[in-house]
Amino acid sequence: MTNSSITEIVSEPLHEHRSLWSDVWRQFRTHTGALVGMAVFAFIVFVVVFGPYIHDLDPQFLDIRNKNLSPSLAHPMGTDNLGRDMLAQVMAGGQVSMLVGVTAMLLSLILGALIGVIAGFFKILDGVLMRLTDLFLALPLLPLLLVIIMLFRDSLRSAFGPETGIFFLIVFVIGITSWMQTARIVRGEVLALKEQEFIIAAHSIGTRRHRIITRHILPNVLSPIMVSATLGIANAIITESALSFLGLGFPSDFPTWGRLLFDGKDFMQLTPSRVIWPGLAISLTVLSVNYIGDGLRDALDPRIRGR
Amino acid sequence: MLNYTIRRLLFAIPTLLVISFIIFIILDLAPNDPTGNLPLTIPAEVRAQIRESLGLGQPFHIRYLKWLEQFFVNEPLNIFEQWFDVKIGDSANRLRVTSWMSRSPVVDLIVERMPQTLWVVGLSYVVGIIIALPIGVLSAYKQYSWFDQIGTFVSMVGFSVPTFFTGLLLIVIFSVQLGWLPSIYDTTLNVTDWSSFWMQIRQLIMPVMVLALFNAAQLSRFMRASMLDNLNQDYVRTARAKGMSEKVVILVHVLRNSLIPVVTVIALGVPQIFGGAIITEQIFRVNGLGQLLIIGIENADIPLVQTLTFIFAILIVLFNLIADIVYGMLDPRIRYD
Repeated sequence: MTNSSITEIVSEPLHEHRSLWSDVWRQFRTHTGALVGMAVFAFIVFVVVFGPYIHDLDPQFLDIRNKNLSPSLAHPMGTDNLGRDMLAQVMAGGQVSMLVGVTAMLLSLILGALIGVIAGFFKILDGVLMRLTDLFLALPLLPLLLVIIMLFRDSLRSAFGPETGIFFLIVFVIGITSWMQTARIVRGEVLALKEQEFIIAAHSIGTRRHRIITRHILPNVLSPIMVSATLGIANAIITESALSFLGLGFPSDFPTWGRLLFDGKDFMQLTPSRVIWPGLAISLTVLSVNYIGDGLRDALDPRIRGR
Repeated sequence: MLNYTIRRLLFAIPTLLVISFIIFIILDLAPNDPTGNLPLTIPAEVRAQIRESLGLGQPFHIRYLKWLEQFFVNEPLNIFEQWFDVKIGDSANRLRVTSWMSRSPVVDLIVERMPQTLWVVGLSYVVGIIIALPIGVLSAYKQYSWFDQIGTFVSMVGFSVPTFFTGLLLIVIFSVQLGWLPSIYDTTLNVTDWSSFWMQIRQLIMPVMVLALFNAAQLSRFMRASMLDNLNQDYVRTARAKGMSEKVVILVHVLRNSLIPVVTVIALGVPQIFGGAIITEQIFRVNGLGQLLIIGIENADIPLVQTLTFIFAILIVLFNLIADIVYGMLDPRIRYD
C-alpha cells in the first residue's frame, strides 16, 4: 500500500488534491451502466417531483365522459375507466412509491447497521443478535408481510387516517423485514476492523467506546452500508408494489405504481397502456437503482479502485 | 458430518418453535374479529358460541399448545395412517387443524393445491436452471465479450423487472394482441390425447417462462461469478499445461468445481418455489398454494394462514440445512467438525 502511494506521488508530481470520494467518483465514472442508471434515475425522480407542476391535471379528477381514452396530446398516457388522467396518476404514484422506498430503506439501514455494529463490537451480544438475524432470515417474508398488513390495516387506518396509517404500516413492515443482510455484512466488517492497529491505538489512548464506534468504525463500514442502501431502495419499491399488486397495499384513491398496475390489470384488453406505464416506471427505477448499486460496489471496493 | 447434521437438526427444533410462536402471536395479537364478516343481525350470545366453536374461548397459551399438538402430532399421525392403512389410537376423534372458511382440515386443502404449485413452479425452476447454467458458463469463459455484455444486461433486467409486470406484459402481448396463448391456467384440464396435451403445454408456457426468467437471471450471475473465481486458479493452468483439451478443462475441471456453490444457491432457492410464486399464481389464476394463502388472508382464515406460513418456514429451515450439508459433501475442503 505504502509502496504504491509513493510511486504515485513520484509519477504524478504536483497532482491535484485527491480525496477518497473523488477517487470513488473517478472509478464510478468508468462504469457505463451505473452512469446511465444514474441519469435514468435522476430523470425519473425529476419527472415525479416536478412533473405535476408542468402537467398539472389533478390525478383524482373524474372526467367520466373521457374514460378509457388511448394516449393523446391532452392525456399522454390515456385515461382510466373513470376518466382520470394516467400520466398525473403515474407521477403521483411515483412520489408515494419513491417515498416508501427511501423511508423503508433508511429504516432497514439504521436497524441493520445498528445491529451489525453492536453484534460486531460487543462480544456478549454477538451470539444473541446473530441468532435473531438467522431467525428473521428463516421467516417466510412475503406471506408474513401480507398477513401483518391484512390484520393491522384497519386499526392503523382509524388511528392515523387512511393514507398515513397505511404508509407507516408498509414502511415499518418492509423496514423490519429487510435489515438482515446489512446487519450481517456490517458485523463482518466490524469484526475485521476491531482487531486492526488503529482501533487498538484508539483504545490505548483512552478513547471511549461510543467515540470509537462513531469516529473510527462507522466511517470504515460506510461503503458496504451505501451499497446496501441502493439495493435496499430497489427492494423496498418492489416489495411495496408487490403488496399493492396483491391488493393489500395502498388504497386505490392513493395510488402507487403497484396499485395502478393492480387496478389496470382488469382493463388490460381495453387499455393496455394502463398496465404498461406504471410497470415500466417500476422496472426502470429498479433497474437503474440496481445498476447504480453495481457501480457503487465496484467504486467503493479498494481492490478494484485505482487500477 | 453426521455429527454436524444431527447438531443442526437439533438446533432447527428451537428455531422452528420460536418461528411458530412468532407467527402465532402475530396472528393472535391482531385486532381482528373472525365473526366480523357475519351479518350484524346475529345476536351477541350466538356470536359468542360461534367464537367458542372456532376454538377461541381458551386463553392464548392453551390455544398455542393445542395448535402445536395438532400440527406436530395429530396431522403426521393422520398422514401415517393414510399411507400405511393402519389405525393408531382414537383416530376418528383426533382434533385436526381446521380451516374457518371451508370447515375442512387445512392439510386436505394443502394436499389438494400442492400438485398445481409443484407442477408450474417446480417446472419453472428446472427450466430456469437449464437456461442459467450454460449462459453463466459461456459468459464467464468469454468475459467482456458481446455475449457476456448482453447476458449481463439481460440478467440485470430479468432480476429487476418484477414478475407481476413481466406476467402482465406477456399476457398483453401473447393473449390480448396475438391471441396465441391462454391467459388463465385451467387446472381442470385432463391430459387425455394430443390436443389436450398441446393445450396443457400452451397454458404452461407463460407462467413457467415468467418465473424461469426471473430465476435464470439470478442463477446465471452466480454461475458466472463462480466460474470466474475458478478460471484463474492454478489447477486450470496445470490442466492446460498437461495438454488437456479446452473442452475437458472447462467442462470437467472448472465446471465441476464452480457448480459447488451454485448447487447450494439452487437448494436455498427451493423454498421460494412455494412461497415466492404467490404473485405469479395470482396473475395466471393457478389455484396453487400461493393462491390458497391469498384466499385465506382475504377471508381472515387464521388457522389456514398460520399453517401455510409455518410450512413455508419449515421449508426454508430445511433447505438451509440441506444446502449446508450438500456443500460439505461436495467440497472436500470444507470440514464442519
